[in-house]
Amino acid sequence: MQKQEYTITVYTENQVGLLNRIAIMFSRRKINIESLNTSPSEIDGIHRFTIVVNETEDVLRKLVRQIEKQVDILKAEFSTNEEVIYQELALYKVPTPVIAEKAKVERLLREYGARAVVIRMDYTVFETSGHREEINKLLAALEPYGLMEFVRSGRVAIIKASTGFHDKLKEFEQRERSEEVAENEYLGQQEKVFTM
Amino acid sequence: MSTLDIVNPKEAVAAAIPATTNNTVLSGSEAVLEAFIAEGVHTFFGYPGGAIMPIYDALYDYRDKLNHILVRHEQGGIHAAQGFARTSGEVGVVFATSGPGATNLVTGLADAMIDSNPLVCITGQVFAHLLGTDAFQETDVINITTPVTKWNYQVTDATEIPAVLAKAFYIARTGRPGPVLIDITKNAQIQKFDYEGYTPCNHIRSYRPYPKVRKEYVEQAAALINEAKRPFVLFGQGVILGKAEAEFKAFIEKAGIPSAWTIMGLSALPTDHPLNVGMLGMHGNYGPNVLTNECDVLIAIGMRFDDRVTGRLDKYAKQCKIIHLDIDPAEIDKNIKADVPVWGDCKETLPLLTQLVNKGNHKEWLQRFRDMQQQEVEAVIHDELNPTSEVLTMGEVLKVLNELTGGDAVIVTDVGQHQMIACRYAKFNQSKSNVTSGGLGTMGFALPAAVGAKFGAPERTVVAIAGDGGIQMTIQELGTIMQFNVGVKLIILNNQFLGMVRQWQQLFNDKRYSFVDITSPDFIAVAKGYHIEGQRVDARENLRTALKTMLDHDGAYVLEIMVGKENNVFPMVPQGCGVSEIRLK
Repeated sequence: MQKQEYTITVYTENQVGLLNRIAIMFSRRKINIESLNTSPSEIDGIHRFTIVVNETEDVLRKLVRQIEKQVDILKAEFSTNEEVIYQELALYKVPTPVIAEKAKVERLLREYGARAVVIRMDYTVFETSGHREEINKLLAALEPYGLMEFVRSGRVAIIKASTGFHDKLKEFEQRERSEEVAENEYLGQQEKVFTM
Repeated sequence: MSTLDIVNPKEAVAAAIPATTNNTVLSGSEAVLEAFIAEGVHTFFGYPGGAIMPIYDALYDYRDKLNHILVRHEQGGIHAAQGFARTSGEVGVVFATSGPGATNLVTGLADAMIDSNPLVCITGQVFAHLLGTDAFQETDVINITTPVTKWNYQVTDATEIPAVLAKAFYIARTGRPGPVLIDITKNAQIQKFDYEGYTPCNHIRSYRPYPKVRKEYVEQAAALINEAKRPFVLFGQGVILGKAEAEFKAFIEKAGIPSAWTIMGLSALPTDHPLNVGMLGMHGNYGPNVLTNECDVLIAIGMRFDDRVTGRLDKYAKQCKIIHLDIDPAEIDKNIKADVPVWGDCKETLPLLTQLVNKGNHKEWLQRFRDMQQQEVEAVIHDELNPTSEVLTMGEVLKVLNELTGGDAVIVTDVGQHQMIACRYAKFNQSKSNVTSGGLGTMGFALPAAVGAKFGAPERTVVAIAGDGGIQMTIQELGTIMQFNVGVKLIILNNQFLGMVRQWQQLFNDKRYSFVDITSPDFIAVAKGYHIEGQRVDARENLRTALKTMLDHDGAYVLEIMVGKENNVFPMVPQGCGVSEIRLK
């Protein structure tokens, strides 16, 4: 079976340590995670992981079942690139003097759908979003102008056919509210607490 | 109050948390013990240390309600909890302190995870404000144990304890059972809070322990079974964990299907049941292995097609339709593609299936198993059980043991040749009688697991069987046996080798015996050092009397039996071969 790019979407409780529990499912099978994004979902209290990997469908099916089996995970599913609408975001830092003098900034911005986030005397930061190829094209275009820094975010993806689970999630959250995340409130209180 | 005035940690934490006095005020430690009582825990295992001292301090006042068994090593503690869970069918509980105490649990957690033992492990942890600072005896227990726990959680605030413990017991025992670890920081153990009682957990929204049974799959499965000429049932521990032994028996008896077991499923069906055709896998019986590749419908019940059962996957059961009953959806299609997946608790699915299947008896097909068994008796079993050589065989020890116990004992085995021999030849009349480390293959499992098994089934005879290698890994638990008068009968089958590895080196590495020649202490002198009776046997004429002495002895007993040094376990499916390529010699 051919490996291809898949987007895995995982809905979880908001729990400390869950990122590790999910991540080790991949490292255990020695699967490299291409990108990982975690964010709140449309439902209050439910978190959403978006994970991109290159794998065969067969391995992925087993993997996703093992992920979904974890106690704090509500739902895990995987989609091909055709089944999702996805974007990545990138930031590019370039020296202002060079870019102002040599590049046709305006054309760059139009051509790549980019915008300037910060313009300073010493440097300028551009931002764009899109598929990886688009981001890489702008990267290549800026490289000759003394690119100082580049960063690209993980993929975020919306599943084209995912109305079904949304309702279910909402129902979950209506019936029983998420628990508050218990954080360690004592951390950094060393001086105030004397211990043996 | 200036920080310098605070000298007592209890006051420090109490000062930080204002307490109202309307309800019962308990410490976190007391809340843990109250949870145990509410969950029906009466016996558990543990070892104290710095970070769990507040719980042990609270335990001092609960000594009349809770029976704490002080083990000699945390690994012994968790194996004991596993043994307890296996014979009692309840959740096993173990305590350990932070750092080394917690890391010593890891082997047992991995073992319990792969063999689906319901456990709740409580570890102490350093004060919450010290987390991440490399404090004394601090380890990141949550992250170390994540891959080997069904669920784990760190408590830093005592108010969480009742709900977290309730969740822990619920998760450990429901669905496909497994170990849960709760790490409690020392401040949370000390902290006083308003205790509003204990509410058992019976639902977690992100956790669905019992998949919904899909009737159409049960119907499809029944249709396949009703058309089958040569159906074959493989059963695993799922039958025992689901407490579905009676439902299972009713199913195979109605449909008349020959049934073979994995070593985790052993004892779910009595040994002398007419449809019990024996053991699957690498050292299993001849018929079940060969006929796996000749049946027309394979019905797998509560088993997971481990590689030691299947051998080479591309030569496994290619000719037949496969029905897979399992409670864990992740097991379906994991190793073997199922034609009909029947998700669900087999306690629920088996009766549905029994209703739909036709009464049947596959006499000729069953006879093929019997014929192959006869071949195996002639080639292997007869000589193993009735050797003509001067040296004793492991098989004849089991044969005499069966005669003396009648098949009523709990047999706890370690890992290696003796384990395979014991599983092959031990006789069982009732379920939950075979305790062994199946998935992980943990040497050193038997002795501590037997301690727990005895507490889990105090009225039963518990016989631990170990090799001369494995016993040396956890022999310190003789101390636990001594202190708590645990009536475990320990048989050490001593072949003066790490026998299973030696067997492989003989067969596959041209007899290059690389570091398998292990020397042993005088086991009987060691036992005597622990004030435990024992004797060594090396002659056939003394075997029966010695075993009888051991079984009749009031209390623990160690019997060392010298067996043939270079005996091998056969039949064998060599690694990389298909099940039908099983070798009789």
